[in-house]
Amino acid sequence: MKNAFIGSAVERREDLRFLRGRGEYVDDLRPDGLLYAVILRSSKAHGRIVSIDTTAALKVRGVHAVITAQDMPGGPPIVPMRLQPLPEFKPFEQPVIADGKVRYVGEPMAVVIADSVAIGEDALEAIEVEIDALPAVADWHVAQSGQSLLFEAQGSNRSLTFYAVRGDADAAFASAPYVRRETLRTGRHYGLTMEPRGVMAQWDAAKGRLTVSGAAKVPFFNRRILAKQIGLPEDSIEMIENDVGGGFGARGEFYPEDFLIPFAARHLNRPVKWIEDRRENLMAMNHAREAEVDVEIACERDGTILALRGHIHTDMGAYMRTNGAVGARNIAQFMAGPYRVPNVKLDVSLWMTNKTPVGTYRGPGRFETDFFRERLIDMVAQDLGIDRVALRRKNLIARTEMPYPIATIAPYEHKDEYDSGDYQETLDRCLAEIHWSEKAKLQGRRIDGRYHGLAVGCFIEGGAAGPKETARLAINEDGSISVYIGSSAVGQGVETVFAQIAADALEIPMDRIRGVFHGSTAYVSDGYGAYHSRSVVMGGSALLDAALNFKAALCEAAAQRLGCAASAIVVTEDKVSAPGGTSLPLSAFAGLSREGAFLNKKHTYSYGAQAVHLAVDAKIGQVEILDYVVVVDAGRIINPMTLRGQVIGSLVQGLGGAFLEHLVYDEQGQLLTGSLADYLLPTASDFPNLRAFTMDRHPSPINPLGAKGAGEGGLIGAGGVIANAVANALQSFNPDLRELPLTPSRVWAMTQPRA
Amino acid sequence: MPTKFEVNGKPVSVNVEARTTLADCLRHHLRLTGTHVGCEHGVCGACTVIVDGDAVRSCLMLAAQAEGSKVVTVEGLSNDEALTPLQASFRRHHALQCGFCTPGMITTAHALLSEEPDCDADRVREVLSGNLCRCTGYISIVEAVLDARSAYKKPNGNA
Repeated sequence: MKNAFIGSAVERREDLRFLRGRGEYVDDLRPDGLLYAVILRSSKAHGRIVSIDTTAALKVRGVHAVITAQDMPGGPPIVPMRLQPLPEFKPFEQPVIADGKVRYVGEPMAVVIADSVAIGEDALEAIEVEIDALPAVADWHVAQSGQSLLFEAQGSNRSLTFYAVRGDADAAFASAPYVRRETLRTGRHYGLTMEPRGVMAQWDAAKGRLTVSGAAKVPFFNRRILAKQIGLPEDSIEMIENDVGGGFGARGEFYPEDFLIPFAARHLNRPVKWIEDRRENLMAMNHAREAEVDVEIACERDGTILALRGHIHTDMGAYMRTNGAVGARNIAQFMAGPYRVPNVKLDVSLWMTNKTPVGTYRGPGRFETDFFRERLIDMVAQDLGIDRVALRRKNLIARTEMPYPIATIAPYEHKDEYDSGDYQETLDRCLAEIHWSEKAKLQGRRIDGRYHGLAVGCFIEGGAAGPKETARLAINEDGSISVYIGSSAVGQGVETVFAQIAADALEIPMDRIRGVFHGSTAYVSDGYGAYHSRSVVMGGSALLDAALNFKAALCEAAAQRLGCAASAIVVTEDKVSAPGGTSLPLSAFAGLSREGAFLNKKHTYSYGAQAVHLAVDAKIGQVEILDYVVVVDAGRIINPMTLRGQVIGSLVQGLGGAFLEHLVYDEQGQLLTGSLADYLLPTASDFPNLRAFTMDRHPSPINPLGAKGAGEGGLIGAGGVIANAVANALQSFNPDLRELPLTPSRVWAMTQPRA
Repeated sequence: MPTKFEVNGKPVSVNVEARTTLADCLRHHLRLTGTHVGCEHGVCGACTVIVDGDAVRSCLMLAAQAEGSKVVTVEGLSNDEALTPLQASFRRHHALQCGFCTPGMITTAHALLSEEPDCDADRVREVLSGNLCRCTGYISIVEAVLDARSAYKKPNGNA
């Protein structure tokens, strides 16, 4: 039987439980004897802890313990970096609980364990804290001044500077006929998940085993960190991935609570659960995106881009968290995007400030740098009098130039290249779908009181980060087959796409794949999880390898039982057959199980184009999107329905970042947007006119599936395209548009006379 | 305090603290964990349940206030055998990803379609704008709700 589940819009298996309220998220767990943790968080952005008096809190009825740094002999453990773990970052890593100093509003200071959340919150009120306030470092400019230091022993608030280099930018600038220099900024927002984070830990004192529920994204890596911190062998800890209410890069990294809750459970020898509330989530989950660039572009008079050069400053918040450096380095490495830029010289300085630490948020650094680049390109087009589309076409990397080497990042990173694709093709499709040529005449026109704007931009999206993923196939008692995989589910539908891939590889119907078990540490020997749009490529390719090993082992076992050569065995739906017509049901081989793996150090690059037609009401700064088109080529597509879901879903997140979402701090480092009434997210009525088109014309040459990671494409281009379209609409006002988000007040201000 | 009401057609009797929300009562006392809590300040809509026919945020209502009411949760809008037409439409349109907001979307959409089976896309968007989804971008949810309207229309054509 020859299958074609890959490429089909198969309805999702996960939906059957989610739609009936039968998902099991970490807060749905409630073992006997469960205690609840609540966390006292710093209300000061920067200061020295003079005292934390827990006496009164411990007297509250129903309180079992109050844990502070004092309870950790040898000091609280430090959370190490997972990605780019450079020695320079070490001194800036976060202790699991404030120790001597607090460095951001929201930093954990004490953990109360009580019979209920409400009692725990009552007890929080009774903790007496004295903090000697220090001057707050509220942004990178203050950080750079060095007037106040977060880490005094370091002598500077800068943790590191990355360099992205290609060719000789200085030489190119020296002889360039045209140069433009701009300062551009992106605001701070984050990968808010609908389900707040949660951890539940159970300690089995007799067996010396720790079970941690609520794991997500990278459970195996987090187990390694926790084992070291808590002093247990890795195999004494089981991390369980429950249903996960959204990841977006932010959830599932190792946070302070991932130590504090297991520590409390072991300390009290009782199950302990902590569920983040939304206010905590806004100040405790990784923030992202806040950056400023001072960048120059050099071009020929005909628009050929010669070089990019400049300085980037990122606001890292108070600590270097597990993946905190990714966004910063991506801004530098991917500023050239899908365009041919032979000379690049960018430095990116990572500044520590008294704000929530940053980490990755879907399209880390890419959303920011695409805004910077696409905005610059529109400015260049205007300066040189060249059509915006023609300018992009001239500079897009051609299919014949693939694989195309990109700027190298120092320190740490090896060389990287774009794997495959025809960037003109997605631009053509995008322009056709939005009817660019017919709409071009609307640019800047005022119709019924609103100004119409148009913009188009091109993007690339990295995926498939290595090094490895593991998968296993096993025969169940009833002869059905289960898939076990190291990839994690964060809502993207991995149970369905892995069942599609497994059914095709084994050439059996999909309903023979009974279960797809993922994430938890018990399922495979080692797992690498879900980040950098890697699950389909890495997990899917590992699954192909597992299928090969599994089939070989099954045929070998069947050959012995049926008395023929292994090569003569035929596997069909639910049985194995020998040439003579003898056969055995698969259930006869129950327990047979084989692992496979996929190793890869290269990245895949999906790509595409986005275009928008919008209208701006200059009187109130309101922008309405009339049509938005995203075209993505993602190589071989496993499930076009879920891919489209990723594109539209990520696009709306990108529009949130372009228009609405903004984590605002005052000069004292106080977070001013601590609720969902202040931190605005897109709703169902905000952006109804969005369209996505997926293409599969250019498979990736670097994995057996030919697939490319593709969970971010809609988001990456949104900021740049929206900014250019608003500037295009308001061209008669000569708007000063150099910063995101484009809140109504900012858009309105652009239409006002400048002082 | 002792409180009696009806959940999914069955009478329940609970003894809760006065400060217990209906959401916490459903989840923790009655173990109906399909109702999700996403913000606890009435913005996200994940905890939406139907109280006496109206879509209500169960995080903003105290359990004690439900005294004598008829409460319907996502579990009460589900069958064991097959998906309901509304649920099947959500699946067909890929109107959910992580599933966390989904119970609130289902209850909100059910309350809307029960009252207004002829509602148009703008009305669906207006009503659903009180329920946040971070995964789908809403387009598919609106399509799913519109596509499920026929299942709510009365046979004689009157809504």
